[in-house]
Amino acid sequence: MTARDQVLASVRRALAEAPSAPVASRAYRDQPTPDGDLVALFAQRVSDYKATVVRCGPDEVAAAVAAALDGARPVVPDGLPWPMEGAIPDTGQVSSELDVAEAVVTTATVGIAVTGTIVLDHGPGQGRRALSLVPDLHVCVIRTDQIVRGVPDAIALLDPARPQTWISGPSATSDIELNRVEGVHGPRTLRVVVVD
Amino acid sequence: MTGTFLGMPPFPEAARAALADTQLRRNLAHATATIRAKRNAVVAEVAEWEDLRLAGAAIKDEVLLNLDTYLVQLEQSLVAAGATVHWARDATDACRVVAQVAKAHGVDEVVKVKSMATQEIELNEALAAEGISAWETDLAELIVQLGDDLPSHILVPAIHRNRAEIREIFRSRMAGAGRAAPDDLSDEPADLAAAARLHLREKFLRAKVGVSGANFAIADSGTLVVVESEGNGRMCLTLPEVLVTVVGIEKVLPSYADLDVFLQLLPRSSTGERMNPYTSMWTGVTPGDGPQEVHVVLLDNGRTRALADDIGRQALRCIRCSACLNVCPVYERTGGHAYGSVYPGPIGAILNPLLKGPGLDAQTDSLPYASSLCGACFEACPVRIDIPTVLVDLRAQVVDAHRSSSGHRRLPKPEALAIKVAGWSLARGDRLSAAARMTGLGSRVASRVLSRRLPGGRPAITRLPGPGARWTGARDLPLPPAESFRAWWRRTGGGR
Repeated sequence: MTARDQVLASVRRALAEAPSAPVASRAYRDQPTPDGDLVALFAQRVSDYKATVVRCGPDEVAAAVAAALDGARPVVPDGLPWPMEGAIPDTGQVSSELDVAEAVVTTATVGIAVTGTIVLDHGPGQGRRALSLVPDLHVCVIRTDQIVRGVPDAIALLDPARPQTWISGPSATSDIELNRVEGVHGPRTLRVVVVD
Repeated sequence: MTGTFLGMPPFPEAARAALADTQLRRNLAHATATIRAKRNAVVAEVAEWEDLRLAGAAIKDEVLLNLDTYLVQLEQSLVAAGATVHWARDATDACRVVAQVAKAHGVDEVVKVKSMATQEIELNEALAAEGISAWETDLAELIVQLGDDLPSHILVPAIHRNRAEIREIFRSRMAGAGRAAPDDLSDEPADLAAAARLHLREKFLRAKVGVSGANFAIADSGTLVVVESEGNGRMCLTLPEVLVTVVGIEKVLPSYADLDVFLQLLPRSSTGERMNPYTSMWTGVTPGDGPQEVHVVLLDNGRTRALADDIGRQALRCIRCSACLNVCPVYERTGGHAYGSVYPGPIGAILNPLLKGPGLDAQTDSLPYASSLCGACFEACPVRIDIPTVLVDLRAQVVDAHRSSSGHRRLPKPEALAIKVAGWSLARGDRLSAAARMTGLGSRVASRVLSRRLPGGRPAITRLPGPGARWTGARDLPLPPAESFRAWWRRTGGGR
């Protein structure tokens, strides 16, 4: 008998006399959507994590990104919808080469207002996962129409077949006396540009 | 290498030693008070919290009661997505798989994401025996590993260390494991975190093989989920060429949509945040992005034993948030080491006996008693594990396991003897009267020699002789009345 057969047989033996399962209630999804500005809530919740948030118009993105970079030369994925002069394109650099880059600029897939979360699914404009991980400054651009209220709204929009990174503020730890300290292994600075 | 829990004394003995450590008690009181306040604040923000708890418990029960179906589905989804699936009956099976993968790639080191499953199977020790170094990359795990220490909390394994102790460990031990700590390292948490960043960076950048656990495994898509804070998880899950993930078989969720419950429950219960900084999800192999060889080890190691226990089965709902530790009055005072396991606190007090079984070793048998049954853990649990009920049932199982059984006689527990005596006396009225007369007599004698009184004025026995001394060691025993109710009724005709 293989280990697989033995584990499955143990499971079936354990459940031989077990009752049938209850039906899960999804009442938590029926919360009324509160009035108020989702984009403002998103901006406030992202700032709570000590990330910076700036808002700009559709034709001001390049300038807002340049300001967020503050002179740092970024590595950029394919498919950014605005020009990035002087940026380093993603050519499949290995980790140690990415480690030299000062910053990265990406778009996002979904923003979650209640939790101040940005979700990347690493498609065009977001690049492979290492790209938005190794550089120390992440500038992330998100459109207001990508911002949803809560976690269930985001889950409903996302595709599990894609790799995903959910980002809520810069890298942080609570491992020393359970107080949150920003800045460990991921990007230590997160700047979010919200495009109206 | 990290120490091992093997040979730890039973809880009461270990707890007595821990209680004498005033530094430990100060560190724990500070840390648990901090996290409790944070958790309460973010849980209060969610109006539908109780609905989420109910849904979380029901989804987990649905998985557990149909686990064979979901495991087979998970395997199919993983294989379809390009992953290799291994099954492990126990720790030995699982460690062998990880070592084989590492050896197949000729590496002598792996980088690790913090994972309870790999701690439970003592993977680091098993890999060390094969000449492979397993580098812990979570900050608290790093502190424990560098300090040759044992983890004492599910979420923050170094919760028993304060900043000054951490600074000393970094200064004296980092150089032996790679890049040394800066000479001018202070005990500011930000400085300590920066030292860990520099120390681990070179390990992340050169690692060929990563090892992780998973918080959730999605049956219908094959998606694995790791919830973390520091980015060490993202590093280990993304940069190596090869990834091995060890997943307890109870970690399955039916579908991706079910994450909407658990990604709300877990961060708020765990670190007391609206959302943890980073959550990574991957589904097998993504060409051109992340590890191109992905292994998943599905681990039993006692879980099917727990699954067969009608009352204890609910412990397998656990999502390892550690909220029950932070609210437990016992854990707050003794810390995690006294529980003698990688799973300390209230959940450890039920999970360890359920995984291993009662009656095998005194340490595990002592755990169901490591509780005042106050119920704070049940209230805090995001998946509504009724820990007090399971504790009481396990106490009965421990006592039963020590009864004489066919084949071999075991020494009965004192509790079993006491209950037997009580049962004999209560079974018949004349025996009860005799027992009442005896205690009344004893009481009149005792009242002459005892002066202590309880609040309200009732006299109390502060020290019983013989085996009863263990009861009165921590409690005062109210003195039985000199005249029993039955004797009083007979004498006065019911007070008429």
